[in-house]
Formats: sequence, structure tokens, C-alpha cells
Amino acid sequence: MSRRLADVFVDARAENRAALIGYLPAGFPTADDCVALINAMVAAGVDVIEVGLPYSDPLMDGPVIQAAVERALLAGTTTDVVLDTVRRVTEAGAVAVVMSYWNPIEQYGVEEFAAGLAQAGGVGVITPDLTPEEAGPWIAATDRHGIDRIFLVAPSSTEERIATVASVTSGFVYAASTMGVTGARTTVSSGAGDLVARSRPLTQLPIAVGLGVSTGEQAAQVAQYADGVIVGSAFIRRVLDAPDADAAIEAVSGLAREMAAGVRA
Amino acid sequence: MAVMQEHEVVAGHYGPYGGRFVPEALTAALDQLDREFRSAIADPVFMARLHELERTYTGRPNPLTPARRFAEHCGGATVYLKREDLNHTGSHKINNVLGQALLAERMGKTRLIAETGAGQHGVATATAAALLGLECVVYMGEEDTRRQALNVARMKLLGAEVVPVTTGSMTLKDAINEAMRDWVSSVDQTHYVLGTVTGPAPFPEVVRTFHQVIGREARAQILEAEGRLPDAVVACVGGGSNAMGLFSGFIDDASVQLRGYEAGGSGVETGKHAARFAAGSPGVLHGARTYVMQDQWGQTVPSHSISAGLDYPGVGPEHAWLHDTGRATYAPINDDEAMEAFRVLCRTEGIIPAIETAHALAGAMRLGRELGPDAIIIVNLSGRGDKDVATAARWFGIDLGGAAGSALEIEMAEGR
Repeated sequence: MSRRLADVFVDARAENRAALIGYLPAGFPTADDCVALINAMVAAGVDVIEVGLPYSDPLMDGPVIQAAVERALLAGTTTDVVLDTVRRVTEAGAVAVVMSYWNPIEQYGVEEFAAGLAQAGGVGVITPDLTPEEAGPWIAATDRHGIDRIFLVAPSSTEERIATVASVTSGFVYAASTMGVTGARTTVSSGAGDLVARSRPLTQLPIAVGLGVSTGEQAAQVAQYADGVIVGSAFIRRVLDAPDADAAIEAVSGLAREMAAGVRA
Repeated sequence: MAVMQEHEVVAGHYGPYGGRFVPEALTAALDQLDREFRSAIADPVFMARLHELERTYTGRPNPLTPARRFAEHCGGATVYLKREDLNHTGSHKINNVLGQALLAERMGKTRLIAETGAGQHGVATATAAALLGLECVVYMGEEDTRRQALNVARMKLLGAEVVPVTTGSMTLKDAINEAMRDWVSSVDQTHYVLGTVTGPAPFPEVVRTFHQVIGREARAQILEAEGRLPDAVVACVGGGSNAMGLFSGFIDDASVQLRGYEAGGSGVETGKHAARFAAGSPGVLHGARTYVMQDQWGQTVPSHSISAGLDYPGVGPEHAWLHDTGRATYAPINDDEAMEAFRVLCRTEGIIPAIETAHALAGAMRLGRELGPDAIIIVNLSGRGDKDVATAARWFGIDLGGAAGSALEIEMAEGR
């Protein structure tokens, strides 16, 4: 049985640091290479793996994740491949959540997806385009199968809205650092700190910050006020730039070590 | 009575369809739009300004034209054309755009963005932006910028920036993705002028509301001309805004059939089409639950149509509900059937329709034969065909000589 998200954050807090959450889409660059990359990320200090479910219309993602996802889809990555990826990396010791746009989950079957993920050892799902208002069946299914459901808050969220989102969220609250899509940025928006501060009084859950974190220095900065730091596009960039699979593993491990040091700084 | 209740809008939902499936960052903007929209349509000053623009700028009311010679090809039924093609900018799109541009101004936003397929919505948005002194950026699939080169030039002449979208299938659906990405990053100063009756709530309701003028005028005009309601009203359905505008005028008249025609492309059986009702299934796309062309995993399947404006794998959620409840009926029209109707209208009425609209005309030809000579049918002539001249000339093998010909040939060579 995998550790739960709550355990990860408790342990990180005991070490007086933030948790490090790393994203990679399943099937990128291939199903097997993705598993190897994730295992390397875990070995290098990534606490939670976000396995992306490649979707044809990723409207919250910037060009880097779009490119990776397009490749994964061309390689024939299906929802079953995603669940199998979760199974393989959790067997190797990872704590894994899935990040998916809503339609693939709905088409797989809300109940079937929650059950399949639990069976694969996954502990949570991040749903960037599912709003609490539309989440009724999802809340019931995740409750039944003991899956954490992670919703997002954004700098534009009102206090009332943050409270609504947090009330249906479990595991951790995903705070989008900026008004924008995923992708590396030279600085992490100052809006992130404000958003976390506004959210604190409204939830007991850990709060992790994502969007734009690409260096150890940025991770250290975010770790000062957030319970978790989420890194996605920067890992993918390393894979896209690597000449071969071995080089990709090396580059991704290097970045993971830098980030892991960052959240401990 | 039951009909009215079934179609009541409950918090952005149409039965199981519609809703709001968007990144949280857009929630505040959609809430603001919802509030401002409701206060605006209840505000006599706002509505007076919109109506004034419709009258003095768009050229409304536009006529309901009896199409006597075309009707001979429709089983002898009486056929009227609702002339949205005579609006400024050449299609129904301006109705919605003027409404939304005034809303943007009311919200203090200085920049408009839009997606466009055939380019008609992009041109309309660029036009409204010029009129109100707003900045304008239009996202258009690269594939569509080639087949609708004339409209790209029009948008640029109007001062808009046209951004070719090179991701995915490089068509309308990808332009919407890109416009959403822009909006999420710029929402403080930007209003996203969504061009059809889909997307997250309240967009389907906003867009339909600004197009209701089509149905309102058509209903009054047919009563004036014929002294009775039509047996059927007919429109093409991409996202479905011109259809929703026309249908809305007759939705409570149970005796009036609502007929929508979607793009059958090369034929539904070939897989190369945009027939969401004939070959799609309920799912979520671009912020709404509706009928979607998708595979078993929920990945959107690319659509195909000779008409860029119908080349979209989703459809407005209210149409999905009208379909399920049986209040409206939808059928696919293949490329060749649409082009035949295009040819017939040109030759019988001296009107060159948009290829999108030709799908509705083909539908009327089918329906007229079905309903017989006593029937009265209104077809929404949603747009004019100037933008499609190159495509049509190529389809019909028209030899283009001279300088105009070579200009067209360049456009055609770059087209699909």
C-alpha cells in the first residue's frame, strides 16, 4: 500500500521542508522511458509524482507540455497506459497522482477510473478543468475508493471561492501561481505568495504551488511559504533537449536533485 | 407547456449539457461576465445602444426574401431566406459581436480576442474592435488561414492581429484552445468574444441572446408575409449560433419544426466529417458538456468539412439538449450535396451563399421534398459566399483567366 499524500506532507514538515512534486505525462517519450524517468526522479528526491494523462485539447498547458503530450498521443498512449504507468511506478516505490483533464475520466467512466487508479496504487487525481459545481459524481467515486481529489485555486479566486474549492479538496490544494498556462518562467509570480496567504485561513490542507517553477532557486523561494512545490515543464524541457534516453535520465535526475535541494534550502 | 419547461435554462445547464469545465483562473471572469450580461440586458440604455447599432450599423432588420425559383428545387414548398448575409460584414456573426463588444466596454476591458474558423467571426470581431476603439487579436488555425485567405486580409485591414495556430489539427478547435490560453493570461484587460453558442456558461446563453434578433424578426416577417407560422425553420449547425438565433424565435411554437444541418464532409461513413449528432457522443469539450466527436478514450477526433465554419468537433450544449428532447432534428449534409445547393442558389436567386449556409440550403431541398408543396420553410441565409469564391471555383472547375484569375489561383493553390 502506497503512502498517502497526507503522510508525505507530514514527513516533509517534520524535516522542516516543502514536498517536491514532479510532473511527467505518461507515454512520454515512450511508455517505458516515462517509467524509467519517473523512477529516476523519485531516486533523486521527488516526493510525489504527477502522472499526466495526455489529452488532445490541453487548454491550461503551455507549448512545452503541449509538445510532450502530442508526442505521447502519437505514440498511442491511452488511459490504460496511464494507469499501467501508475502501477509500475508505485510498485517501484513512488507516491503517484494522476493529472487529467475531465473528459478522458468521464469517458473511461468516473467510477471505473477511480477504481482502476486505486487498484494501480495511485493516491490522488488533479483535475484542472473540473469545477466543484460539476464534481458531484467524482466526489462520490473518489470517496468510495479512497482517492484524494485535488482542485485548483488561482490568483483571481475570491476568498469565498477558495473556501468552496478547499471544501471538496483532499490531499493538498493546488495553488496556480499565476494567471496563465503551464511553463517555465524566469520569476515565479509574487501573486503566488499572496494566494497562499489568503488560502491559509480557509483550509487546514497543505498547499502546493505550481506553474512556472523551473530552478532550484525558485523552488527554495516558493518553499518558504508553500507546503509543496510543483515542477512540470522544466522536467519535460530536459527530456526534449536530451539527445537520447540515457541523457534524458541524467538531465532529469540532475534537475530533480537541484529541486530537492531547493525545497530543503 | 412541457416544451417550455424542458428548455428552461438552469444555472448554465441544458438538461445534462452545458455547465462550466474550465481552469479555476477563469471562474472570476466568467462570473463577472454573467453578472454584467444580466445587468446589461436589463438596462434600457445598454439595449437602446445595441438596437441603435443594429439599425444604423449592421443594417437590421434585414429582409425575409421569398426564393421562388430556388423553391422549385425544394419539392415546390414555399421557401423564404432570412438574409443575414446582408448584414454588415456579411454574416450573422456581427449580431453577437456587437453585443459582446459593448459588454467588454461596460466591463472596462480594452482588448478583444476571438477564435475564428471561416474567418467570419474574426472579421466581425475586428470590425467591432475598430468601431469601439479596442485592441483585437484573432486566433485562427493555420489550415484555415490558408483556405480563408481573403478573410485574413480583411481582419488585417481592420487593424486586428491574426495569429495562425499551428498546434493540433490547426483548425477551429485549436484556435479556441489558443484563445482560452490567451484569456487565462490576460483576463484583467481582455474579453474573449466567443463566436458561437458553446463554451463555458454563460457563453452559450450570451451568444444566443444576441442572436435572438434573427428569430424575432423572421417570425414577425413570416406572419406579415404569409399570415401564418412556417412549418419548418432551417439552419446549418457548426457551433450552432445562427441556428440558435433562428430557432429561438420559434422554439415555443410547437407546430414549427426546427431543423439543423451539420457537415457530413466526405460522408459520415468515411470518418471525414463534422457530424457530431450522427457520429459523436456526449462528452466535455471547450468548457461545456455536449455532443463531441471523440474516440473511446475521450480524445477529440479531428473534424473535416469543405466549410471551415462547420469544421468543429463539438456543438452548442443547447443544441445537444434540443436533440435529445426531440424538439429539434439534426442531419448531416455531405460536401457534394452542399456544393450542389450552392450552385442552385447562385443560378436561381442570384445569391452566392457561404458554403456553411449551403448546408442549410441543401437541407431545405431535402426537407421541401419531404414536406410537400403546401409547406412553408424559412432558411437562415447565415452568410454570403464572397470568401468562398476560390474554393467554389476550384470545386466546379471554373477556368480563371486574367489578373483576377491569377490572384484567385494563388489563393487556391495555397488552399486545401
